[in-house]
Amino acid sequence: MMLDSHSLTAHECRRLLAVGEATSEEITAALLDRVKAVEGRVGAFLQVDEEGALAQARAVDAKRPEERSPWEGVPIAVKDILCTRGVETTCGSRILKGYIPPYDATVVRLLKEAGLVILGKLNMDEFAMGSSTENSAYQVTRNPWDLERVPGGSSGGSAAAVAAGEAPWSLGSDTGGSIRQPASLCGVVGMKPTYGAVSRWGLIAFASSLDQVGPFARTVQDVAALLDLIGRRDPNDQTSLGLPTPIAVPRGESLAGRRFGIIKEYLGDTIQPGVRRIFEQAVEALEALGGRCCEVSLPSVERGLAAYYIIAPAECSANLARFDGVRYGHRAHKAETLHEMYTRTRSEGFGPEVKRRIMIGTYALSSGYYDAYYAQAQRTRTLIIRDFQKAFAEVDLLISPTSPTVAFRLGERTADPLTMYLSDLCTIPVNLAGLPGLSLPAGFADGLPVGLQIIGPHFSEQMMLDAAYALEQRLQVSTRPPLDVTPAKEVG
Amino acid sequence: MMVTPEGWEAVIGLEIHVQLNTATKMFCGCPVSFGDVPNTNVCPLCLGHPGTLPAMNEKAIEYATRIGLALNCTISPHSIFHRKNYFYPDLPKGYQISQYDLPLAVDGHLDVELEDGSILRVGVTRAHLEDDAAKLVHAGGVDGRIAGADYSMVDFNRGGTPLVEIVSEPEIHTPEQARAYLTQLKSLLEALEVSDVNMEEGSLRCDANISVHRPGTPFGTRTELKNMNSFRFLQRGLEAEIERQISALERGEEIVQETVHFDTGSGKVSTLRSKEEAHDYRYFPEPDMVPIELSAEYVEKVRAGLPELPAARKERYMRDYGLSPYDAGVLSANRPLAAFFERLSTQTGEAKLAANWVMGDFSGYLNAQGLEVKDSAVSVEALAELLGLLAAGTLSGKMAKDVFAAMVETGKGAPELVAERGLGQISDTGELETMVSELIAANPGPAEEYRQGRDRVLGFFVGQIMKQTRGQANPQLLNELLRKALAGSSPDN
Repeated sequence: MMLDSHSLTAHECRRLLAVGEATSEEITAALLDRVKAVEGRVGAFLQVDEEGALAQARAVDAKRPEERSPWEGVPIAVKDILCTRGVETTCGSRILKGYIPPYDATVVRLLKEAGLVILGKLNMDEFAMGSSTENSAYQVTRNPWDLERVPGGSSGGSAAAVAAGEAPWSLGSDTGGSIRQPASLCGVVGMKPTYGAVSRWGLIAFASSLDQVGPFARTVQDVAALLDLIGRRDPNDQTSLGLPTPIAVPRGESLAGRRFGIIKEYLGDTIQPGVRRIFEQAVEALEALGGRCCEVSLPSVERGLAAYYIIAPAECSANLARFDGVRYGHRAHKAETLHEMYTRTRSEGFGPEVKRRIMIGTYALSSGYYDAYYAQAQRTRTLIIRDFQKAFAEVDLLISPTSPTVAFRLGERTADPLTMYLSDLCTIPVNLAGLPGLSLPAGFADGLPVGLQIIGPHFSEQMMLDAAYALEQRLQVSTRPPLDVTPAKEVG
Repeated sequence: MMVTPEGWEAVIGLEIHVQLNTATKMFCGCPVSFGDVPNTNVCPLCLGHPGTLPAMNEKAIEYATRIGLALNCTISPHSIFHRKNYFYPDLPKGYQISQYDLPLAVDGHLDVELEDGSILRVGVTRAHLEDDAAKLVHAGGVDGRIAGADYSMVDFNRGGTPLVEIVSEPEIHTPEQARAYLTQLKSLLEALEVSDVNMEEGSLRCDANISVHRPGTPFGTRTELKNMNSFRFLQRGLEAEIERQISALERGEEIVQETVHFDTGSGKVSTLRSKEEAHDYRYFPEPDMVPIELSAEYVEKVRAGLPELPAARKERYMRDYGLSPYDAGVLSANRPLAAFFERLSTQTGEAKLAANWVMGDFSGYLNAQGLEVKDSAVSVEALAELLGLLAAGTLSGKMAKDVFAAMVETGKGAPELVAERGLGQISDTGELETMVSELIAANPGPAEEYRQGRDRVLGFFVGQIMKQTRGQANPQLLNELLRKALAGSSPDN
């Protein structure tokens, strides 16, 4: 039979393996062939572990089917922000070039325990700081829907790899929109779980109070299944709680009685007309499914961006202090003093956006400025949390465009950080409130994907996924970008 | 002892760092251990690898609560951790996880007994939890100091050990008071069994804030004196700094707010860091950790589990054993010694005798050989046997001391040594009576003198008998028999 890499959703891989229509090695090889065919143009992977993946796949194939766990043998790829034992992990930064973690991130361990085949590590903005993956110290990742455009970021590699059919699903991380915004721009499903649903152990920290690991896939069912695999409480992460109940694969196609709140603040001029049009169509589709939609106002979310750009840099200024050249990673040569070694190591190792945020954060926490900046930002955060609480007293779920725009051109926003920061306008308040957020492909504007953001109360992932599934079935949005047709592989 | 010059008063506050002797480190499962091969008790977390997160050691919270309660503090029902940011190679994360504006224990005190028997109540501002830095080893310089060293190495074994920092109010006024505070705090911590409290090994460390002023005027500018690693250096460092400040002020100079270092070799203090060079630690709440929430039930449970503290033990020794305040104080301050004393007292039924021996010959032996109580070659049981022989009159005090020395040397028991050396006192009344009457009969002259009232002649008879018995006659019994015999031997009767 022919294995079309794009048809290989995780559920399809599982089915093929279960009925014996394909081996894990065949599936893995098909995906590796796809990687070879398109990586030159997409650039999603920082590292492809061809040998390791094939060996893992063969080991699965050697087991009798009844000895295998449900997802055993299904391939996946992970963002390079996750520590992988024995496999270089750079976080998109020069300062971690050559760093081989001595341990696995908890989510990576869970994937391995579930028998998933890890294809490699995915590109990202350096230390997850950015919205276009252009801040990677290593390479450019291109949007599979238009190779002149960015895939979004910071998990641009995770989104692009799934969109380009190089992996059925992937893991990314989201601090201010880093899963949802690239999912939106690349036309795939991406979910940031409730803060605490997934362990952060082994996730290289950007802003600890905001970071969450989450899944990307081309279908809602795959996202649900991957979330279920990783949503475990972990004693290594005090802030982790795990999912309260296992996630069931969403199947229902009605939304009768479900109340949706349209966030009024995200219908203004900052939203591109094409994006707004798709959003309005999605609202109509929700109503056609039996959902009830109304406008709700969350006035404080307009201050989210400002609060975020104090809190996240403040936390990152401390989180990135450990990259000092003493124990691992890059160390400057020929430094005469300790101070010079630190300064040169960090000057050479960090890119401009990372330096900018370290400086902003250091300034915001300095004696005499703390109250005006950090403390004030935390108060704003409290107001945002309250606005969401009030809204969820009225409606079940909130909706908005995921990103105010479709994918922008490479280089278009690199000169102006503030314009770049606006990419995450609609997603940032969700992280500040610790809420789960999901981006679902809702249609196209000028041939480029537009995502719908669904936001739920803490630990309402099941309800969100059920709603997203119903809408996905109704909208039938294509997830196959116009890259060259996959050279199909003969199997058997 | 230093006398603060007339018209001046020193104001001292102490910051004590106590390494907790929990089995594992504060945030990871690595063992807490002193003296192991460098960098063997380490893991990705305590090496500050990317992606690692702290997992709180609950034992450390319990120990900190114990310390807080023993220092009469209020235990906060809600306390949180902050990050204290600075760069140094001994700090792998680039920040220390400490407590800032919401510490675990606040507002306590320690009643310090001074040498003249008076009590100085020193306020304890706070006691909080934090993780220790790694240890730097400087090679190629003098005495392991960083100045002049060729290179430095980091040993991360110590990094991440739980610490409790105890901050006193500025209510200490002399170096002697500071020393007494630290001494009594040390014995308190020892009693709590939360730390090895060994200053040389660094499990107990002391910094001081010092200023001087004329009483009745506002406090002077303070300096911070760093890391005095013995009781003696604490006292000498404070003396040197107080003298330096007073003479500077008397010369009309100003005191600069700075961190100073006491050089144990020269006995002088020198500037380590000025105020301008002082760190801005950029404290902010640690987002990787949840708050410490301690219920009233938890705190009461910890309180109920507190061992007897030195002050209470001293009271009990005075009350139950009738010891003097001095003896009770000495014995109660050292927990192993106190336990030894109590068992000895129970086994012999002679509290005062036991106290004298534990503080005297027993402590003398331990100190001379540099031993801890647990390492003693003489067990409680063995010493109790010796004291039994002493109390029964079988041995004189002098002989008991000799036997004790022999016990230490040979490891043999007292009865065995007494038998071996024929040391038993002659307490046989009949035997002594015969010797006495023979002696009196042979010396009618001196006997007559005694009867005339010359008591001193008694010494002659005692000496003669002692000579005959090679000193083994029970002196009390002998005296008694002699007096009776001499009185009874009167020719008039």
